[in-house]
Amino acid sequence: MAINLKVSTVGTRENRLGSITGYEGDLYDIVEQSHCGSLKNKERCFSQSSTCLSSCALGQLSGIRDVAVINHAPAGCTATAPGSVVLNNQLAAKIGVTNDTVFLGTDMNEKDTVFGATDTLREIVLKTYRTYQPKAIFVATSCVTGIIGEDVDSIVEEIKEEIPVPVVAVHCEGFKSRIWASGFDISDHAVLQSIVKPPKEKRDVINFKNFFESERQQITELFEEFDVKVQFLYQNATVEELEHISESLATVCICGTLGTYLGNALEELYGVPYIRTINPLGITGYETWLREIGRVIGKSDKIENYIERERAIYLPQIEELKKELKGLRAVIGMGPGYTYEVSRVLQELGMEVVWAAAWHYDGKYDNEAVPPALDHLKKTSPVNIKLSVADQQNFEVLNILNEYKPDIYFSRHPGTTVWAIKQGVAALYVADEYFIFGYKGTLNFAKSVLDTVRNRSFEKNLAARVKLPYTDWWYKQNNNAFLKESV
Amino acid sequence: MAKILNQPRYKCALAAMQTVQAITRALPILHSGPGCGEKLGGSVGSSGFFSPHIFPCTSISEKEVIFGGDEKLYETIENSLKIIDADLYVVLTGCTPEIVGDNVEDVAGRFKNSEKPVIFASTAGFKGNNYRGHDWVLKAIFDQYLTEKKPVQKGLVNIWAGLPMHDPFWLGNLRELENLIERLGLIPNTIFGFGRGIENINKIPEAQFNLLVSPWVGLESVQLLKEKFGTPYLHYPVLPIGAYETSKFLRAVADYADFDTKEREKAEAFILKKEEEYYYYIERYADVFLETRVMSKRFVVVSDASYTLAVTKFLVNDLGLFPSRQYITDDAPEEYREDIKKYFKELNYGIEAEVTFSSDGHQIHKEIEEADFNGYPLIIGSNWEKSIARKTNAHFVNISYPLIERLVINSSYTGYGGGLKLLEDIYSVAFTRFN
Repeated sequence: MAINLKVSTVGTRENRLGSITGYEGDLYDIVEQSHCGSLKNKERCFSQSSTCLSSCALGQLSGIRDVAVINHAPAGCTATAPGSVVLNNQLAAKIGVTNDTVFLGTDMNEKDTVFGATDTLREIVLKTYRTYQPKAIFVATSCVTGIIGEDVDSIVEEIKEEIPVPVVAVHCEGFKSRIWASGFDISDHAVLQSIVKPPKEKRDVINFKNFFESERQQITELFEEFDVKVQFLYQNATVEELEHISESLATVCICGTLGTYLGNALEELYGVPYIRTINPLGITGYETWLREIGRVIGKSDKIENYIERERAIYLPQIEELKKELKGLRAVIGMGPGYTYEVSRVLQELGMEVVWAAAWHYDGKYDNEAVPPALDHLKKTSPVNIKLSVADQQNFEVLNILNEYKPDIYFSRHPGTTVWAIKQGVAALYVADEYFIFGYKGTLNFAKSVLDTVRNRSFEKNLAARVKLPYTDWWYKQNNNAFLKESV
Repeated sequence: MAKILNQPRYKCALAAMQTVQAITRALPILHSGPGCGEKLGGSVGSSGFFSPHIFPCTSISEKEVIFGGDEKLYETIENSLKIIDADLYVVLTGCTPEIVGDNVEDVAGRFKNSEKPVIFASTAGFKGNNYRGHDWVLKAIFDQYLTEKKPVQKGLVNIWAGLPMHDPFWLGNLRELENLIERLGLIPNTIFGFGRGIENINKIPEAQFNLLVSPWVGLESVQLLKEKFGTPYLHYPVLPIGAYETSKFLRAVADYADFDTKEREKAEAFILKKEEEYYYYIERYADVFLETRVMSKRFVVVSDASYTLAVTKFLVNDLGLFPSRQYITDDAPEEYREDIKKYFKELNYGIEAEVTFSSDGHQIHKEIEEADFNGYPLIIGSNWEKSIARKTNAHFVNISYPLIERLVINSSYTGYGGGLKLLEDIYSVAFTRFN
């Protein structure tokens, strides 16, 4: 897939990668169909509120230090601004820096939908520059600007001539993709277009794309052992640092869904290798990932030494816990960057995956290859696994939980955990992208699973006192009852 | 016209889905983009019987933008009725269907004979913010669901105050208002929160009067109830915090309810007892209020019209402080602004507070930085004020949206106890330094 930074917008995942949001089947089928390119989306004739791609796009960009994000939109679209700014402050303070990024809106009203508001947008962008002197300005669109045809690109082109920092349009109209991960690509596209410069020299740095860098210190120390510095993206990165990511030794990402566009673009455009193994969750994942990094940066010996040393510390402890985890039956409901990775880890720890739901599915990544986690899982899974692509549809998940009654449900998205609990299923929120990272993370994860299934007081207390929002009729249907063939 | 929204303190009209969510067993059906519900829902305190991820949503895509979304909406409502167990289904529109011209009224109307009531409200984000959307949702319920005029029940009072879920103290405040009204000998009726719901909505037309405790939010809906059912309303702009305002509020309600001598005596006895109890505490803690060396006499409130007014009244009339310029950030419509300004001129000892209406947080902070507080400033506001508080070395209490880094479950700042609670919160901050 050719990366083209000359175009203002990046294609959606549906168009670029053939990604889908509706499917029910199993592991063998989805892998086979992904390789054949025969996977077809199924639409829903009923759905529940999920996520907007602009939250993903602007959430990523607003983590960059000292920039301005201006959302040309009605007030509701900027509802994520307060949370983003508080998060920025907390995460910056954690590493001893400040982050003065601002996140503003243009509060469009009814008149603007008739007459447009590009003049006001222009004033607000210039005022924002004068007031805050941001290091870059991202001018984001919305459903409203998309439908009324606001020419944000032209305004941005004009302003570029007037102010000395990068200014770029971020096309994140919520209606254009069902897959909110398209927003990650949109943010990458904006960063690549406006900030990243062609390489001048190679540097001993590895690009590490993640969300909220909870293991920043551990990872920094890890790579120090291999004489490599880590550039975390995008949270807490500066514009100046981003200019140089084309000069790094390699790009890695904690989540395949998050990293595909940036990783592949940096490789295609600037020759920065993108590490495309299974992810560093669980033991096999971590070791496979480390070894590939070692190969790419020419540090295989050091990596092998590290693996040997750490295995001796952690493997015996993990083996002990595996005895207690054995046979626990699990259902997973996560984004596709985690569902198939976590399935592998659960099996590695001796648990049984009875159903794995992913919110969307990328049949291939930007390098045209099937996500490695799928191929790997098909090879290693002792049995075929029931799978669905469930678009964060809670009614489908609860139907599955009701039918399969697992010992534990693994969630990853805000507001999704409580529903399993209400239905009387223990649930563990795997929100932190580093929850199962490496040997230590795997050990901690195993302990958390045991703690979760062994004290079920909270969920028992709550489940005994609440009603579920769904009708009995729904629980008698198959979970795929509202999926229909696309026309 | 578009304007700078710097440090957003309100959302859009569609966020009034929270008004629906606050009515137990009422379900918003969103005719909107897939992520509007999540963005507008907030993450703290919204996993009730329904939560934003339970709200049915047409999840508008390019197809509906081009071909219209009426069919998708019909299908979504039809299936919502089958899958989700609610008492009232409220279809809410986002921006897109209103620009492309979907006929939502017609689609919702096709369900008028369904077993459960289905109504709709126009809440496109560009039409106004959630302070206005709240009123529009209430009007839709009153207009479309409440059809029958009923005999008036003497003493029954519908109470309206605060923006459900947007105001972190909304439910605690509402419960305390109910409690006060009940102690006056009246029968409070509210529709939000635990133990309330559609039965309480059914009772709305039976009320002797509506009590609106808010400077402007909610006026349209109580006016509609007056037109439709002839129910009069008492518009009391000040959310009562502390003894001075609470006693004044109770007497105003007693006057409006047309109490006879006996009822009046009972009300006065209650007021007297509550004031005595309140001053028992104030007396014990008066040293704190008189001798905390880091407290100056000046304060600023940055919040919506309701809180900025309520806190200003309390700090001036109860605690004896002086208002700096006060800031109102809810984008109150122009037609209400003169009245709101007037309320800030009705303070004890002829004290008057200047008021600025603004959605530009940066400008507000700049003015606070330049204002003279004659000591450490006391800033009462939202999470946005944390930075200016740090910059100006102020005492800072976070009370309004966006309220992050603080958990509020059912606390209240209303009434006699609410005043003491606010004092606890202010002095808990002041006590973190000596001089």
